[in-house]
Amino acid sequence: MTIADMSFIQRMIYIVQTYSGSLLKGTGVTMAIAIICTALGCLIGFGVGIVQTIEPKRSASPISKFLIKFVKVILSIYVEFFRGTPMMLQAAFIYYGASQLFGINMGMWKAAILIVSINTGAYMAETVRGGILSVDIGQTEGAKAIGMNHFQTMTSVILPQALRLIMPQIGNNLIINIKDTCVLSIIGTVELFFTFKSISGALYTYFEAATVTLIIYFILTFTCSRIMRYLETRMDGPANFDLATTDTLAYTSGLNSAHVPGRERL
Amino acid sequence: MGEILNINHLSKTFGTNVVLTDIDFNVNTGDVTTIIGASGSGKSTLLRCINLLETPTSGDVIFHGIKVADGGMSEEDYRAKVGMVFQSFNLFNNHTVLSNCMLGQIRVLKKSKAEAKEQAMKYLEKVGMAPYINAKPAQLSGGQKQRVAIARALAMDPEILLFDEPTSALDPEMVGEVLEVMKKLAHEGMTMLVVTHEMSFARDISSHVVFMADGKIEEEGSSSDIFSNPKSPRTKEFLTRFREDN
Repeated sequence: MTIADMSFIQRMIYIVQTYSGSLLKGTGVTMAIAIICTALGCLIGFGVGIVQTIEPKRSASPISKFLIKFVKVILSIYVEFFRGTPMMLQAAFIYYGASQLFGINMGMWKAAILIVSINTGAYMAETVRGGILSVDIGQTEGAKAIGMNHFQTMTSVILPQALRLIMPQIGNNLIINIKDTCVLSIIGTVELFFTFKSISGALYTYFEAATVTLIIYFILTFTCSRIMRYLETRMDGPANFDLATTDTLAYTSGLNSAHVPGRERL
Repeated sequence: MGEILNINHLSKTFGTNVVLTDIDFNVNTGDVTTIIGASGSGKSTLLRCINLLETPTSGDVIFHGIKVADGGMSEEDYRAKVGMVFQSFNLFNNHTVLSNCMLGQIRVLKKSKAEAKEQAMKYLEKVGMAPYINAKPAQLSGGQKQRVAIARALAMDPEILLFDEPTSALDPEMVGEVLEVMKKLAHEGMTMLVVTHEMSFARDISSHVVFMADGKIEEEGSSSDIFSNPKSPRTKEFLTRFREDN
């Protein structure tokens, strides 16, 4: 039976059977790039976001005040540029620019990871900044009041809370990255979308190949979003806690779950 | 009886808004000083200036004879010795009750975990929160949170504790449990500076009372001076309502 004689379903099965190796490899590359780049992007985003929220001390010298300001301006240019231009063009610009201007052939992996990471980093920088600013100012004051410096306050108190707040956004970025790696096909990265183009080009079965690839993308993104949701609940910790005693004095006015004889009123 | 804190001609303005004018008073070791006055009279701002959460516009905060703002000691070292309890508790939401009380000891005072835990447990027991060491702040009532916040401040072994309206965010039933803890501390000789609207606490517990109005110290003196024998007409007027209530 030739392809022309097959039904829609038969063609899809044929594609999966014949190209399972390529599809798996494409899926692997897509996921690898998406996960590595989301992780690197988060690191960049945290670095940039933290610097953006540094307020120089009043007692700081003019030079250090100027330096902080200078670094902040550079970082805002980075954020604005990479958020404000299409990743597809950035890929072409960096990949071909590197070989033409500097004679560097980056290779598919390096180029792909570089481009997607710095792109994710630019978005994450703003997310992290927002996350830090939405942690109640009282948390900072509480930390300062027991003598913590800026670094200690950030690492022990603010960033863990900001991380929890921006978890949904990290999940968003992961899913966006899974889908957006397809623009890397412009520099010849053999990921899932590239595989789709090859299959459809070889068999002229655009609709069937698209359906198969679409289903694979959806399985990837749906699984990731569920995993992220699970991580969020894990971070929240148990909804209940164990009392470390059976002493009745432990039950105070705040606890309405237990009736404690003789402690009706405080 | 040494002087711990010396507030020297302290003023604070926000833009054109003058909040504190020429505040001058001392706190000695073992004193329980309460600052009373109407809302908006600058009590809380004064306390925040003393802890340098706000920078005084002029004047000095002098700690054991050292001007803190002048770089004689770092803000961090100073704050580690001057505990603060906030109206809104400000417990670290991402830490358990025990961890809240250990964090400062470990990171600021560089104590070992075991030492920090022992110290934290000692004070959590004192405020009656030892059974709750595994709870997160979100799982506690207001009164419980405030008692943990007091234990957190005490665990740093401060020389003086500042209280910024510690019971104002609590319902009447929970005010009692927090005031009990504060009374206990006062009787044990803890040096305290308390901004409060709890007039009976101010009258019964404090050794020194400061009455503020419009960003100035209107009158100060011993508890009996202020409550039984106020001199200034504004103090009299302010205390009239309290007297009627009791």
